[in-house]
Amino acid sequence: MTLLLDLILGLAVVGVAVWTLAVRENFPAVIGFVAYGLLLALVWVRLGAVDVALTEAALGAGATGVILLFAVVRLRGGRAEIDAATPGPRQRLAAGILCGVVGLALAVAVLSLPDPAPSQAAAVARHLPELGVANPITGVLMAYRGLDTLLEAVVLVFAVLAIWSMAPDRRWGAVPGPVFPVQSNGPLSLLARLLPPIGIVVGIYIAWVGADAPGGKFQGGTILAAMGILAWVAGLWRLPPVASRGLRWAVVAGPLAFIGVGLLGFVFADGFLSYPPAIAKPLILLIEAAMTLSVAAALVLMVAGPPEGRRA
Amino acid sequence: MSTLLTLFSGIAIAAGVVFFLAGTVALLRFPDPLSRLHALTKADSLGLGLIVLGLLPWAGGWFAALKLILVWLLVLLAGATATQLIAERLRGEDPPP
Repeated sequence: MTLLLDLILGLAVVGVAVWTLAVRENFPAVIGFVAYGLLLALVWVRLGAVDVALTEAALGAGATGVILLFAVVRLRGGRAEIDAATPGPRQRLAAGILCGVVGLALAVAVLSLPDPAPSQAAAVARHLPELGVANPITGVLMAYRGLDTLLEAVVLVFAVLAIWSMAPDRRWGAVPGPVFPVQSNGPLSLLARLLPPIGIVVGIYIAWVGADAPGGKFQGGTILAAMGILAWVAGLWRLPPVASRGLRWAVVAGPLAFIGVGLLGFVFADGFLSYPPAIAKPLILLIEAAMTLSVAAALVLMVAGPPEGRRA
Repeated sequence: MSTLLTLFSGIAIAAGVVFFLAGTVALLRFPDPLSRLHALTKADSLGLGLIVLGLLPWAGGWFAALKLILVWLLVLLAGATATQLIAERLRGEDPPP
C-alpha cells in the first residue's frame, strides 16, 4: 500500500517536471514548477527528511515561485527580449543531454552505494550534546558543515547585489521594485492585516525550534519574508530605499555574525568556525537569529527586484 | 470507544476525500473560471475541514489537535482570499451578464 502511494508520488513528480518543461507559456510553467516543488516536499517527508521538506516547500516552491511569477509579469510585452535570450535547439539539446548524463550518473552512484552506506552519523550523534543542539541536521549544518552554510549565507548577499546592479544609474538608491497602491479594503487588505501577526510568530518559532526539531533560519526567514511581501503587495508596507543603511545591515547581518564568530574560533577554539564548547549554543543561536533576519531581508529584496521608483 | 472513534474518523475522512474528488472533477469539467473557483473552494474549505475533523482524535494531544485546526483556518483564510482576488480580476475583465 505504502509502496503504491510512493510510486504514485514519484511518478507525479516526474510527470509534473516533464509537463513544466514541455509547456510553452511562462505562467503555466511557473505554476507547474510550484506544484513540482510541493510534490517534491512530500517526497522528502516520505524519506524522513522533514528539514529538507520544509526548505523545499518554503524556498523551492514558495520563494522561488514568487520570484518567477514576478519575472513572468515583468517579461510581459518583452517578446523580442525573450526570443533573443531563448537558447536555440542545438543548445537546448546539449543542455538536455548534459542533464540526462548527470542524472544517470547520480542514479548509478546512489544505486551502487554499499549497504549499509558509509556514514558519519554515529560519530556526529555522539558529539551533538557538546553543541547543545538537539536537531542533528542543525548540528551538522552549523558545526560540521559550517563552511558550506556560511557560503550559502554569503550567496544570498551576492544575489541581492547582482539584482541591485541591474538598476539604471538614475534609479540608484531608490526604492526597490514597483510601488503598489494602498489597499484600504478588499480581500488582499484583509489577508495582509490578518496573516502577518500569525506568520511572524510562526516564522520566528520555526527559526527558533530549528535547534531541537525540524526548522531553522532558512525556513523561518522565508516565512518572515512572505509576510513582508504580503504587506508590501497590499501597499501597507513601504520597502526602504536601497540606499538605506538599516536595510543593508539587515542583509549582511547574518553573514557578518557568521564570519565574526568563525574568526573568533581562531582565538578561543580550534580554528575557523570552531565553537568553544562552553558557549557553543549561544553562539549558534546568535548566528541563527542574525541569519533569519538576513534571509528574510534578502528574499524580500530578491522578489522586489532592482530599484525602480524615484530616488528617496 | 476506540471503534466508534475509528468509525467517526473513517466517515469524516472519506467524506472529505469525496469533496476533494468532486472538486478535482469539477475543476477539469466545469466550463467557466467562476464555477471552477466555486468547485475548488468547496474542496479546500469543506474537504480539508472534514479530513482535519477525522484526524483530530489521532493527533496525539490537545496541542497537536489545535495545530491541525489552525492549519485548516489558515488554509481557509488564504484560499478564500485567493479565490476573491481571482474572481475580482475575472469580473473586471468580463462583467457577468
